Amino acid sequence: MPDLMPALPEIFLLTMACIILLADLFISDKNRVFTYLLSLATLAVTAALTVTLHTPEPVYTFDGLFVSDSMGDVLKVFVYLVTAVAFIYSRDYLLTRKIFQGEYFVLGLFAVLGMMVLISAHNMLTIYLGLELLSLALYAMVAFQRDSSDATEAAMKYFVLGALASGMLLYGMSLIYGITGTLDISAVHTAVAGLENSKQLVLGLGLVLVIVGMAFKLGAVPFHMWVPDVYHGAPTAVTLFISTAPKLAAFAMVMRLLVEGLGDLHDQWQDILIIMAVLSMAVGNVIAIAQANIKRMLAYSTISHVGFLLLGILAGTQAGYSASMFYAIVYALMGMGGFGMIILLSRAGFEADQLSDFKGLNERSPWFAFIMMILMFSMAGVPPTLGFYAKFSVLQAVVGSGLTWLAVVAVVFSIIGAFYYLRIIKLMYFDKAEDMQPLETTTDMKVVLSANGLGILLLGLAPGGLLALCTAAIG
Amino acid sequence: MGVESITFYILSSILVGSAVLVVSLRNPVFCALALVLAFFTSAGIWILLEAEFLALTLILVYVGAVMVLFLFVVMMLDINLAVLREGFTRYLPFGLGVAIVLVAQLALIVGGPEQFGLEAMPKPEPHAADYSNTKEIGRVLYTVYLYPFELAAVILVVAIIAAITLTLRRRRKKQVMSVDDQVKVRRNDRVRLVKMASGNKDK
Repeated sequence: MPDLMPALPEIFLLTMACIILLADLFISDKNRVFTYLLSLATLAVTAALTVTLHTPEPVYTFDGLFVSDSMGDVLKVFVYLVTAVAFIYSRDYLLTRKIFQGEYFVLGLFAVLGMMVLISAHNMLTIYLGLELLSLALYAMVAFQRDSSDATEAAMKYFVLGALASGMLLYGMSLIYGITGTLDISAVHTAVAGLENSKQLVLGLGLVLVIVGMAFKLGAVPFHMWVPDVYHGAPTAVTLFISTAPKLAAFAMVMRLLVEGLGDLHDQWQDILIIMAVLSMAVGNVIAIAQANIKRMLAYSTISHVGFLLLGILAGTQAGYSASMFYAIVYALMGMGGFGMIILLSRAGFEADQLSDFKGLNERSPWFAFIMMILMFSMAGVPPTLGFYAKFSVLQAVVGSGLTWLAVVAVVFSIIGAFYYLRIIKLMYFDKAEDMQPLETTTDMKVVLSANGLGILLLGLAPGGLLALCTAAIG
Repeated sequence: MGVESITFYILSSILVGSAVLVVSLRNPVFCALALVLAFFTSAGIWILLEAEFLALTLILVYVGAVMVLFLFVVMMLDINLAVLREGFTRYLPFGLGVAIVLVAQLALIVGGPEQFGLEAMPKPEPHAADYSNTKEIGRVLYTVYLYPFELAAVILVVAIIAAITLTLRRRRKKQVMSVDDQVKVRRNDRVRLVKMASGNKDK
């Protein structure tokens, strides 16, 4: 009998997702808010379970298929937080578009379960299953607005390219399995260390295919083609969700596979990641300038952030990994706020996804213009916001591992990228508003969005705690 | 060359041939039938590998259930082949080029006896006749692999939820009489008495 306790948060979440699915059948449209509240309560209890069951030493269970360690627990707690906020932001959006259905929250919870499995995976089999569970729920959520042809097209592209990426990942895993004879991450690590030279080539091919699969999921250039279309086509509430929490899980996947499993091949994967990171920062930042649609702009901005995320990992040091983890968490918090602002500005029949919709926001709502300004400054990496420290710690790690030229390239592209973030601030403060409709939204959304923006500013003033948490989690 | 090798080569050539037919045949029903043949021959290869239980499951589940269902779907849907084949010739050279490069690269690296040949991967000892791999699979499936097994089940649940969410159209309002409401109805709910002056008062 395996020890079930370390996996209790997963088991609880699965049980609750099934209960919510059934309970939702008996809830009428008028009382649908109970499904929403129940989902939020589930996330809160799961978070409490994860925190109480946390142990400083990693715990393995299910015959080494599952691991519960500090890195996993920290990432999981942020996944719950980001998901809960995404649910709060989406409520009004879904209500006004008449897609406020229980399935949205159930699929969201199953996606969270997939992320938890992925984060806690200690075997290539569980990595793959977690990834598929996550992706499948996300495909359905993208297509959730059935009457929108944009959403259907986005879901189709996401599904086809996602299936292709899963195929690549599986092919790579099967080659690694063929060479090492095991799927267990620790065993792969030992097997790779004692591998004779003649087999390095096949292992290298497996490594490349695994990286291709992961790059697809992360949305790193040159495997980024789906990102702008999916972010643009999906309902904004879903874009908000898929652009934030899954990035934390994807970071864990890269850590488990590349660092814990194939860490000895660092010299080989470092070169590949350098190329992808530079391309991601270049393509993301330059093409974002040309976008008139803010969802597409943020999609390209995500691509450039993924480039930064890879920088920390390719440094190959503990400092690099923790900086990268810090970056992933900070990105999730910023992305949440950015897409939350689009939801705030939109209303029934109006998506507010054009840059011009932000014109003169200062006249309409000085407070939310201020929040958006913090978010944009943070994404651009302007001190004293949190985004600055995220970029700073990654660059520090990159310089620390002797790749100073790469840090210089990263800074240059960040400066190019600052242009389109600052353009939004200019639109909000110096342009005349074309649309003077008052912002209509619920109080909880206003409160959470304000907390989101202020949090980024306050954590930016005192980033030590979050940084120390990430350092402790990796070490 | 022993009987095993001959059987293997016969089965694998049929498998590769039927797999090519799946993608090249014009009639989708024939494609599905070719896929049935491909599954069947791969089940034969699995039996050669001493995986009898999996081979039988493959036939039962894929040939017996999945493909029959698939045939129904193919026959019921009115698939417009002209639309499907649009652009086929346009993309063919590019696709073929990518495929050839990919296969050549894989063959260069993985091919040849030094990587996965008999010396690198020695043949495992054959099991005795009374060895039951059904029992062995059952033993590990519900113990060592309990977690992935459950996860696979969860993925299927999500697939069902997703499929139903995306396709179910609830009927707006049912056109059904409510007997209770009809019985309870009073005269006052339906009839309104209006006081009016009678028309021929003046006469």
